[in-house]
Amino acid sequence: MIYQGKQKIWSDYQKEIPDNHWFYVRSCIRQSFFPASERYFLNICRDLLGKDIYETEHHTTCGGIAYHSDTIPQETAMTIVARQFALMKEAGYKNLVTSCITSFGNYTEILETWREFPELEARIRENLWKACRREFDKPEYLAHASDLVYKFRHEIASKAKYNLVDHMTGEPLRVVEHIGCHYSKMFPHKGVGGAEYPCVLSGMVDSWGGQVIDYPERRHCCGFGFRQYLVKANRGYSIANTHKKFESMEPYHPDMIITNCPGCPYFLDRWQYVISEMEGKTYGRNGYGIPVFTYEEVAGLVLGFDPWDLGLQMHQVAVEPLLEKMGVPYNPKTKYLGLNGKEIMKPGLPTVLKCC
Amino acid sequence: MGKLFDELSEDYRVKEGLKTCINCGTCTAICPAAEFYRYDPRKIVDTVQRKDDAEIEALLKSDTIWYCGECMSCVTRCPRKNGAGLVIMALRNLSIKKGYFTESEKGRQIYPLTKALNGNILNLGYCVHPLTFAYADHPESGPVFEWVLKNKDEVYGRLGANYRGNGPGALREIPQEDLDELKAIYDVTGGTERLELVEQYSHAKAQEMGMTDEEYLKYTFEYCSNKHFNNEG
Repeated sequence: MIYQGKQKIWSDYQKEIPDNHWFYVRSCIRQSFFPASERYFLNICRDLLGKDIYETEHHTTCGGIAYHSDTIPQETAMTIVARQFALMKEAGYKNLVTSCITSFGNYTEILETWREFPELEARIRENLWKACRREFDKPEYLAHASDLVYKFRHEIASKAKYNLVDHMTGEPLRVVEHIGCHYSKMFPHKGVGGAEYPCVLSGMVDSWGGQVIDYPERRHCCGFGFRQYLVKANRGYSIANTHKKFESMEPYHPDMIITNCPGCPYFLDRWQYVISEMEGKTYGRNGYGIPVFTYEEVAGLVLGFDPWDLGLQMHQVAVEPLLEKMGVPYNPKTKYLGLNGKEIMKPGLPTVLKCC
Repeated sequence: MGKLFDELSEDYRVKEGLKTCINCGTCTAICPAAEFYRYDPRKIVDTVQRKDDAEIEALLKSDTIWYCGECMSCVTRCPRKNGAGLVIMALRNLSIKKGYFTESEKGRQIYPLTKALNGNILNLGYCVHPLTFAYADHPESGPVFEWVLKNKDEVYGRLGANYRGNGPGALREIPQEDLDELKAIYDVTGGTERLELVEQYSHAKAQEMGMTDEEYLKYTFEYCSNKHFNNEG
């Protein structure tokens, strides 16, 4: 009965995702903390799958973090987004794909607000013309980059060199999927599978051989909370939420976590480090943490890209135990090299959390 | 109906987020902030829909409206399709416009947030950027990110970013003409006026508290009293 209920909800939240021709906008946080993820999203879509994904140097932040930290008026945020839409129109594109979940939520909220209040859209058109002498068309289709990887998950699986499987036992890896709140909590019908049973990441995990873990706090926020992380005095909120999630998932012994928001993997990774420093507690096996990945990183591992080209050395939680479990080869000597193989200093080590 | 409620009603987030709250408390049950802080979104929405200006003014001057993390989990679960998080955003907006935000510890944090985020947007074109992400302010980013920050050109270069370079790519330098357009958008849409307002009210509060603007900036970024939490006596 429960399964049938989920099937019905799932059928209500199917999402049409065009196959090709996208205007791409980057994420402030993903660029800063997971720059290789954006690189490999473009590589996979363009080079491996032959898709047309266009980027212009003239696009900027969408202002979403400033908006959700309450530091800019709503019309400022809307007009910045309207400018991105104008750049899309000028480049001849109708589908917009964004790397950031906050941006995806921001764009979605803006388009839905304009649909309900056309007079506001008209005012934003005037604002944009006054400020930039630009005109925009609304995108015919808006997607988050994880929607595209979800759409192409079977093609990626067909080219896979490794699966989300323990290569010694053949057992599927146990995977926690964590969806960014602004992907579909505000507008469930805009996300693959809605807000209660989102399928965008679990679909990837299923296709690539892993087993998705259900656990009580699966839909709980990672704890970013915008001002609750950005202001030093408030960070107890942020770590407390991550702590709640890890305490909840711990009994299920996950091998890894996959995320689609740029901020969540940073928080779920770094707060494990801080919890280990504060309480001496680690959540992985043998003193390691549970490695946290972007979906681009997981796709890249499945496709056989080098872990250090994928940027996994930028994680605080060591990924090597997982690479060994998957049978992915890696060279420890090249992990912390700089540009063109240059020897540079290595990072310091945490006190408690085991690193390689 | 009061004047403050009238002003709130003009905010599209109230038009979207406040229909007919039945006070069921589902928003509070699902809220990550309510578990951590002494915070109850149900009560806030109820206060607003009672339309009592004195109560709304007290809210605008309180810490309470600044506890929300804007995750919007409340929107998913509300049986009447309200958005407590959206109502909170409108309350915060009005608190800043009226200058009431400096009356509370958490409200005063708008000063460091405004300076950091809008400085990044207007000077760099990003909300967050490694150039302004100081390890001293972010020790939780770990030794690995301290390493990244000390080796930005090497690490970002190896990972295929176009760090501070021309043309498209991750962490590219955004052309000045585009930054000029962002500034023009701020000027036209009230963003610049908002920055000046926050600066002006914060400066006055700093003086009242006997601090320089720099001291006040550090204080509001770091100070946390123990009156906010569910687990404090």
